[in-house]
Amino acid sequence: MALFLIAQIAGRPVAIESSQVESVVDIGSIIPVPRAERQVRGLAALRSRVVTVIDTRAALGLEAAEVDAGRAIITIVEGHYYAILVDALDDVAPFDLTPLSAGILLDKGWLKVGRGIVERDGEPILAIALDGLIPGALALAA
Amino acid sequence: MDDLLQEFIAETRETLEALSGEIVAWESAPDDRDRLDAIFRFVHTVKGSCGFLDLPRLARLSHAAEDVLAAVRSGERAPDTRLVNAVLAIVDRIGEIVEAIDAGHALDDSGEDLLIAALDTGAEMAAPQAVSAPRSPSRSVRLNVDLLDRMMSGMSDMVLARNELARRVRDGGADPVVEAALERLSLTVAEMRDTVTRTRMQKIDALFSALPRMVRDTATELGKSVTLHIEGSDVELDREMIEMMRDPLVHIIRNSIDHGIEAPALRRALGKRENGWLNVAARQSGNQIVIEISDDGQGVDTDRLVTKVASAGLRSDAQLRGMSEQAKLDLIFEPGLSTKDMATAISGRGVGMDVVRANVEQIGGRIELHNAPGKGLRIAIHVPLTLSIMSTIGVGVRDQRFAISRQVIEEIVRVGGDMIRIDRIGDTLSATVRDRRMPLIDLGDLLGFGQRSPVMLAIVSASGGSYALAVDSVLDHEELVIKPAAPAIMATGVYAGQTLPDSGLPMLMLDCAGIAHVAGLVFGREAMVEEIEAEAVVPGVQALLFDDLDGVRRVLPLSVIDRVEPVSASAIRFSAGRLRLSVEGGIIPLVALGEWAPQSTVSVVRLRDGSVEIGYAIGEAIDIVELPETVVPAHDAGPIAGVVAIDGDQIEVIDLHWLFASHADAGTVSDAPLCLFDGPETAWMTTFLKPVLEGAGYRVATMLRPGETPRVVVRMSDDPTGSAATVPVVRLRRDADGDDGSIFRYDRPALLAAVARSTGGR
Repeated sequence: MALFLIAQIAGRPVAIESSQVESVVDIGSIIPVPRAERQVRGLAALRSRVVTVIDTRAALGLEAAEVDAGRAIITIVEGHYYAILVDALDDVAPFDLTPLSAGILLDKGWLKVGRGIVERDGEPILAIALDGLIPGALALAA
Repeated sequence: MDDLLQEFIAETRETLEALSGEIVAWESAPDDRDRLDAIFRFVHTVKGSCGFLDLPRLARLSHAAEDVLAAVRSGERAPDTRLVNAVLAIVDRIGEIVEAIDAGHALDDSGEDLLIAALDTGAEMAAPQAVSAPRSPSRSVRLNVDLLDRMMSGMSDMVLARNELARRVRDGGADPVVEAALERLSLTVAEMRDTVTRTRMQKIDALFSALPRMVRDTATELGKSVTLHIEGSDVELDREMIEMMRDPLVHIIRNSIDHGIEAPALRRALGKRENGWLNVAARQSGNQIVIEISDDGQGVDTDRLVTKVASAGLRSDAQLRGMSEQAKLDLIFEPGLSTKDMATAISGRGVGMDVVRANVEQIGGRIELHNAPGKGLRIAIHVPLTLSIMSTIGVGVRDQRFAISRQVIEEIVRVGGDMIRIDRIGDTLSATVRDRRMPLIDLGDLLGFGQRSPVMLAIVSASGGSYALAVDSVLDHEELVIKPAAPAIMATGVYAGQTLPDSGLPMLMLDCAGIAHVAGLVFGREAMVEEIEAEAVVPGVQALLFDDLDGVRRVLPLSVIDRVEPVSASAIRFSAGRLRLSVEGGIIPLVALGEWAPQSTVSVVRLRDGSVEIGYAIGEAIDIVELPETVVPAHDAGPIAGVVAIDGDQIEVIDLHWLFASHADAGTVSDAPLCLFDGPETAWMTTFLKPVLEGAGYRVATMLRPGETPRVVVRMSDDPTGSAATVPVVRLRRDADGDDGSIFRYDRPALLAAVARSTGGR
């Protein structure tokens, strides 16, 4: 059993394995990065570090939210700090990761981040990999 | 130097402490490979450090131990108890010596030969000695860079907290007492920040200061003499970066002295100064620090390199044949390759340029080689500015701030007034600043903020040209620590990195060369032509600067100098109507423009033009200089062709033609085919081409004497055609590219071939 963080992204619950999570923070002012892809919401200061803020909805190919999400999960990919914006954080608990049931096909951006399913009180929750949300990281890995 | 020694002592002491456990373990289990490796690394490190710290005793001990351990590692010797004891005795001895160095008292070196002898197979058992030397308290602390990182990040947090506090105090109405306290806090925080920043930053001098000694020692060991020049010692680099650069730099310099610079006798014969020349320079270039190591040695013999690679079976023959010159040169980085056939004490054991390149690439840098066979090798190490402190100017676009490296900004001007015009040429913006027209990029438009009429212009230079960058405002100057941004941000091509200034808000640093590229500006051609000229000029114009016998400073083109040598004054005689010099197996004419008799030995420059040889007595050779293109001709024909300006001095240029025409034994020169230089560029041709053509056996003139007919006329391709249509014409062009039947003026073989064709094949 691994420890998972349950968060809300675009109104849906998702599970994130805790090994990917560096910390969970409130994001203050975000400085935009002109000419960058839409997923890059901008830069923010996290203590003395500059983090790249990822607009999770944009990265998943969803509509923009009406209100900017204020919380973020900090993750480190290839030495760079990223803040993944989330709507809310629900819970931290150990779960068993099971593969996606046969026949279930993820769409849009979910396809590239989905890793399996955890079950909370009978409710299946999609487990995601945060590095799938980072633009440029996948291309480098390929 | 003392710093380095302290560092060495601290490091050795620390490793020894950590090693003591390993040593005991190795003693009980001599076959344990990990323990063996740990001890090998230790003696290897000590050996390396001793090389440039000048600690011969330690070097000898560690070298001996390393040899034995290497033999054990390769399986040539078995680690029996006797061997283990002998190695341990040496490790103990190293510890004692290090303590003695630190405490500053002498340590008797008797018994060290015994220790080394004990390493030999079949030697007597060495008795381990008790460590007795007193320890002095350490004056320095070695810190982990992670700790410095944490300190730095804590410091930045403190600055942000202070800013927050200041804001609150301002908003809540100021109590003067609180404000004064805050003021004091601010000062302290600022001072602390400086200090903490400095703990990570170091002048590159920390890297360079050990070089003079190292170069001297390495050169002495090899029986060479090398003059070292160091430039840019005050460039600042991240401490960690400096540490990473240390080994590659040392290795490259040793290579340079070992393989590059020739032995003095050979250099003399080649007409080079006996002292090899080694230049180590650091400078900041855009977003990088460039460390350049250049020497005037023999360069890299790529043919030999290729043979070597082929014989080592590292590449196939077909692969090697298809390689460009540069690719062949890059073979030097091939793993497992040593261009010297034997590993010397200098070049070390199995560490090659491949390791150097790997080290440099590990910190995100790259290595460039510029090879001039026979003339030298220049190695440029480019290290990213990552983590380096940069001097920046803040610019504002709408309500966002960006940083620009101060180094690329030529000037900042406000739009308005007579000096500055902004025009639209087609759809392209251009700015004219004091009669200088340049492209203009509207930063706001480029970054997608929309167009607005320019207010301030920052004139920046990037990739070979300058352009004006329109911004809304120019803010302040700040020293910032620039770090690389995430790949998705770097992919835009307009940013050099990100930073966190005092405001507590992240800021992006603009990459001015990248902006020019994204905006589609091309300065390429101009830059390329400059480069070609710079490269091509070098070979033609080297000249020997010397003090002549009459005290006047003069130059002689290097291309005709066979060698410079001291001769006994008794070898010079005035005989058969002229001055002559006895040389090995013959007599050659000698030219002396002053008194040579009072001296017992005279330096003579041996000049050779084809088969004709003459001597020229000089006072003293000074330097090899580059001959300027402009030669002011002398008033009358004579030994002096004209005057050039070198470093602000007027220097007379010897007229080689006159020298050979009036002093050489007659017969060979006058019947040579005559080549006429024509057109407005004759001065250039005289400086550059004359030695080339005369060397190939032609007579060269810029004006015809009555009754003379040239066999060939040389002129520039864009000169108006002269009247002499009956004589074949060789036309020269300025650019390397072009195929209008003319010849690139620096293409020596093609030029000679064309002249030979025109004069009827010679």
